[in-house]
Amino acid sequence: MIEIENVHKSFGALQVLKGIDLTVQKGEVVSVIGGSGSGKSTLLTCINGLEPIDKGRIVVDGTEVHARDTDLNKLRRKIGIVFQQFNAFPHLTVLENVTLAPRKVKGMGRKEAEEIAVQQLSHVGLADKLGVYPSRLSGGQQQRMAIARALAMSPDYILFDEVTSALDPQLVGEVLDTLKLLADEGMTMICVTHEMSFARDVSDRVAFFHKGVMAEIGAPDQIFGDPQQEETRQFLSSVR
Amino acid sequence: MFDTALTFNDLMFMLKGAGMTLSVTAFAVVGGTLLGLFFGVLRSQISPWAALPLTFVLDIFRSVPLLIQLILANAFQAIAGWGISPFVTSCIVLALYTSAYCTEIVRGAIEAVPSVTRRAARSLGMTWGQDLTQIVFPMALRVGLPSWIGLTLGVMKDSALVMWLGIIELLRSSQILVTRLQEPMFILLVTGAIYFALSFPIARLGSRLEKRWQEND
Repeated sequence: MIEIENVHKSFGALQVLKGIDLTVQKGEVVSVIGGSGSGKSTLLTCINGLEPIDKGRIVVDGTEVHARDTDLNKLRRKIGIVFQQFNAFPHLTVLENVTLAPRKVKGMGRKEAEEIAVQQLSHVGLADKLGVYPSRLSGGQQQRMAIARALAMSPDYILFDEVTSALDPQLVGEVLDTLKLLADEGMTMICVTHEMSFARDVSDRVAFFHKGVMAEIGAPDQIFGDPQQEETRQFLSSVR
Repeated sequence: MFDTALTFNDLMFMLKGAGMTLSVTAFAVVGGTLLGLFFGVLRSQISPWAALPLTFVLDIFRSVPLLIQLILANAFQAIAGWGISPFVTSCIVLALYTSAYCTEIVRGAIEAVPSVTRRAARSLGMTWGQDLTQIVFPMALRVGLPSWIGLTLGVMKDSALVMWLGIIELLRSSQILVTRLQEPMFILLVTGAIYFALSFPIARLGSRLEKRWQEND
């Protein structure tokens, strides 16, 4: 369970998060929508401790992320994150990209790590690209590799940070299909996304962020069909 | 058709000089690179303010002509009575000179690694050290290698200046022969050819590595 309580975060004078409260249960898929600069991506990097927070707390399975004595490297093993930029390790093959963390972080043997990697890469449809370097992959393939890389750590939660925003339109589908597959398998996911139909179809709940505040949260049908807040209505009509 | 007084023994004399050039260069490049790696990593990790004293000292080594550094260092060690041989003095000065340039190459190469890539590594649970050794160094190596090869070749040629401390390296040995045989054109041609023969493998090695990496990137 991820519990986010009254989280505030500023970059210098810019207040990005102004008191966010959100609880995500195991097995739940929560989509976060909202305009750019609404703080949704920042929230994800706070959840796995890549960014410090100014106030409030985030607790993952009973461990407070920003507590002084929290071993972040250990905590991050169970919180995968996939970024907007694919962030492939360019000097490693697809297989090595995926096996690196299990081997170095979990201390897994090469053989075991490769078995898991092949399994995860097959899962995202890249079984035929094992020995290829990332530069030879399309954007969609690189992003799917990044998803496999996160999955190989067998995380309990995965955070998706606008994973389709940097893709050519015709490549968006293949990545979204992968996300749908994960959601169907019961993975706990928080997806920051601009893909409204994806948010509608896949999520258990949809949160709408506006200027650093979670303006509204609810079931997809309610958010898209009967938004309660004026900001939500405006945003949805602007993206339709 | 062509007549020269250059004997086999003279050629051996020049090759001996070349050996000296190589060993001074090797010590300078190995020492300078190790120091440069250390300083470069340090500089990329601490704030520019904290690095200011180091940057200042390294700037001195980069700005003052090498010849002046060599002569001053040699004179200083003589006055201080340390009794360090000209060869060792040369190696130390050249190594520091190399390290000053190498530091900048290393720092630049490390900073060229995108911070988002490093974030991705950390997000997988890798420690700061694992990120550095598994991601940053291999990526930085590809960025910095061409400059490092250039530095090595430059240091090899700059090493000729150690002749002013009385060391007979390749260029000095050729000067001695020019004075004796009065065939400057031919002897300098041979000298140039030897310098080329020393540099060429290093340059080739560099471009081969580059090419291999480029095929992947």
